Amino acid sequence: MAKLIAFIDGSIYSESVCDHAAWIAKRTAAQVEVVHVLGRRMISNAPGNLSGRIGLGARTALLEELAESDAQAAKLAQERGRAILNDAKARIEGEGVGDVGTRLRNADIVETVQEYEAGADLIVIGKRGLAADFARLHLGSNLERVVRSSTRPVLVASRAFRPIKRVLIAFDGGRSVTKAVDFIAGLKGFDGLDFRLLSVGQENAEMRRKLEAACETLRAAGYVADARVEPGEPEKVIAEMSEADETDMLIMGAYGHSRIRNFIIGSTTTEMLRSCKIPVMLFR
Amino acid sequence: MTIFPPMHRMRDEWFGNVRGDVLAGLVVALALIPEAIAFSIIAGVDPKIGLYASFSIAVIVAITGGRPGMISAATAATAVLMVTLVKEHGLQYLLAATVLAGLLQIVAGLLKLGYVMRFVSRSVMTGFVNALAILIFMAQLPELIDVPMLTYIMVALGLGIIYLFPYVSKTIPSPLVCIIVITALALIFGFDQLRTVSDMGELPSTLPIFLIPDIPFNLETLRIILPYSVAVAAVGLLESLMTASIVDELTDTTSDKNQECIGQGIANTCTGFIGGMAGCAMIGQSIINVQSGGRGRLSCFCAGVFLLFLIVVLGDWVGRIPMAALVAIMIMVSIGTFSWSSITNLREHPRSSSIVMLATVVTVVWTHNLAIGVLIGVLLSGIFFAWKIAQLFRVTSELSPDGTTRRYRVEGQLFFASVEDFNAAFDFRESVEKVVIDVGNAHIWDISSVSALDMVVLKFRREGADVEIVGLNEASETIVDRLAVHDKPGALDDLLGH
Repeated sequence: MAKLIAFIDGSIYSESVCDHAAWIAKRTAAQVEVVHVLGRRMISNAPGNLSGRIGLGARTALLEELAESDAQAAKLAQERGRAILNDAKARIEGEGVGDVGTRLRNADIVETVQEYEAGADLIVIGKRGLAADFARLHLGSNLERVVRSSTRPVLVASRAFRPIKRVLIAFDGGRSVTKAVDFIAGLKGFDGLDFRLLSVGQENAEMRRKLEAACETLRAAGYVADARVEPGEPEKVIAEMSEADETDMLIMGAYGHSRIRNFIIGSTTTEMLRSCKIPVMLFR
Repeated sequence: MTIFPPMHRMRDEWFGNVRGDVLAGLVVALALIPEAIAFSIIAGVDPKIGLYASFSIAVIVAITGGRPGMISAATAATAVLMVTLVKEHGLQYLLAATVLAGLLQIVAGLLKLGYVMRFVSRSVMTGFVNALAILIFMAQLPELIDVPMLTYIMVALGLGIIYLFPYVSKTIPSPLVCIIVITALALIFGFDQLRTVSDMGELPSTLPIFLIPDIPFNLETLRIILPYSVAVAAVGLLESLMTASIVDELTDTTSDKNQECIGQGIANTCTGFIGGMAGCAMIGQSIINVQSGGRGRLSCFCAGVFLLFLIVVLGDWVGRIPMAALVAIMIMVSIGTFSWSSITNLREHPRSSSIVMLATVVTVVWTHNLAIGVLIGVLLSGIFFAWKIAQLFRVTSELSPDGTTRRYRVEGQLFFASVEDFNAAFDFRESVEKVVIDVGNAHIWDISSVSALDMVVLKFRREGADVEIVGLNEASETIVDRLAVHDKPGALDDLLGH
């Protein structure tokens, strides 16, 4: 792996994002780029003027007023962003990663991902952002947009980092998960990592064969790999197994269905992200 | 190209700023009511037609437009274009013209004509907003001429309230205070001589219904409505795109101009079918919206919904509002739309840009057609620009020591406007054996300059000189209509460098 990009926003997940990024970067000797996105300015915090009055030179006056308040807000955000990035850089370098860059961008996060992902192999992002409502277990509003728009694997960091030893792969035999297996097999520096491949549903020969092939690929790359098939509801079984096995990370394909379908019946991916307390690596 | 705006930004654009948008929508709706009524009166139709139009355009453009935070409704710019159509052929033809104008706008959007906006210079834009402000003000004149003294007092009082009330409170829209105070005064003291909204024609009492304009569907009808539809479509797009750039500037965001064309088109097409007149984006209202904190699509949507709600529910009360209150609000909109700095800038700005601005204003006020004004403005800017660039041109020459060869060096821009200088720069009376014309440092832009060069060569030959032209290949690279600067690396450097 050559480069990974970590997106942070200064929430409590930022530290975890840095730790996850550092953990991977150290083993793969990858370069880390930490990005903080200031976000589009939808709303100026100009004092509410509901007078509905426009007087002489209304346009110029309004433009100046808005520009002034934007400038103040932007300066503050910039200072804060720099501070967040410097903390992150120090934290990652403290873990022994040599090459850490920082970027501060005035843009939408999805646009930034699309702009930067070309040079990167992995994107790391927090499960929730600053704006998320923790009490209701809402996922970060940007997470789904980032995962959907990115062509790279996305590692969704959990609240706190713990060293990763055992990894559960939710195996459905589809393209995304095959891509995931190939991606992992291509990595160097994680020897001895223990992979559990889990397929949920009726056991059949086809699935067995695919599972075995995936295990072979992983073993050939120097990992420990083991496969099994369990009946039941995928969301439930995966969550239960990951808890029972004390796995440290979950790997799965993401958002295989259209937005419309997700809107109506909900998304498996979102459900999994919400119920699992461990980091999840998503492949599209 | 799709008919509807892209989905992925919809959530942000609709619900990114709910509180600000709803409040701003309410403020805007209050100012939209007098405008819609006033513009219906300009066009010579019942207030109902303008109010339905404002509702429908605001709601549909909110969904289909390309510039969140911009307010569209029935406007003065489009209303003035339809006066004669209504007078000569009636309301049904107005509705049909509205539908056709909308269809033309959709086509313009699909053809990506938003692109041509780049030829509308700053001066033309200033001329446009000034002309628009004057049109809005002139539309109030019928309410201010030949009326009882009391009307003037009420208008003055209204203006006083609008401009001074914000010093008391900025949380209540001052146009609303103006309407309420003046209506209350009129009712309490029984000012019967004041004209009220209900004197101006029918107000809506129900939600709008779908109807097909009652006209014969034949070529004759098309011949009648087409000129109006073309003018309405052009003016509507111009004002919408100009307003979009103003909102872009105010909010420091970008917008999709071609999507806006399509959105305006869909809105007008649908509006014609529910009995409304054509409209477009409104500069004054959009400024009020941004000032009140409106940024998303929701504010325009809310403005339309509130407007209809207020009219249908409070219709009886709206009918009793004295016209004086609405005139006061419209005068405020006119003053707020006018670019006052352009008057002080007349002295400082280059004369050519002032002439462009004034020509645009004068043409509009004269023809009541903003499209013609903008066309004149754009043509004048083009001519002035060509005239300026034509001065970036010189010819120098030197005679060889033996006096037999003269070498002319042509530098700068050679095109139709500089051809005359080019021709005048050569001395055909001088008898030399050889003439060298070095055009290596010139750009030949058009056929005029090519034929001028040919003529010069011919003339020298007739005087008995041998002519050699140097550097023609480099100079004539600019004559092709598409400069290949983008697909050849370094091509632009070559062009600028030689």
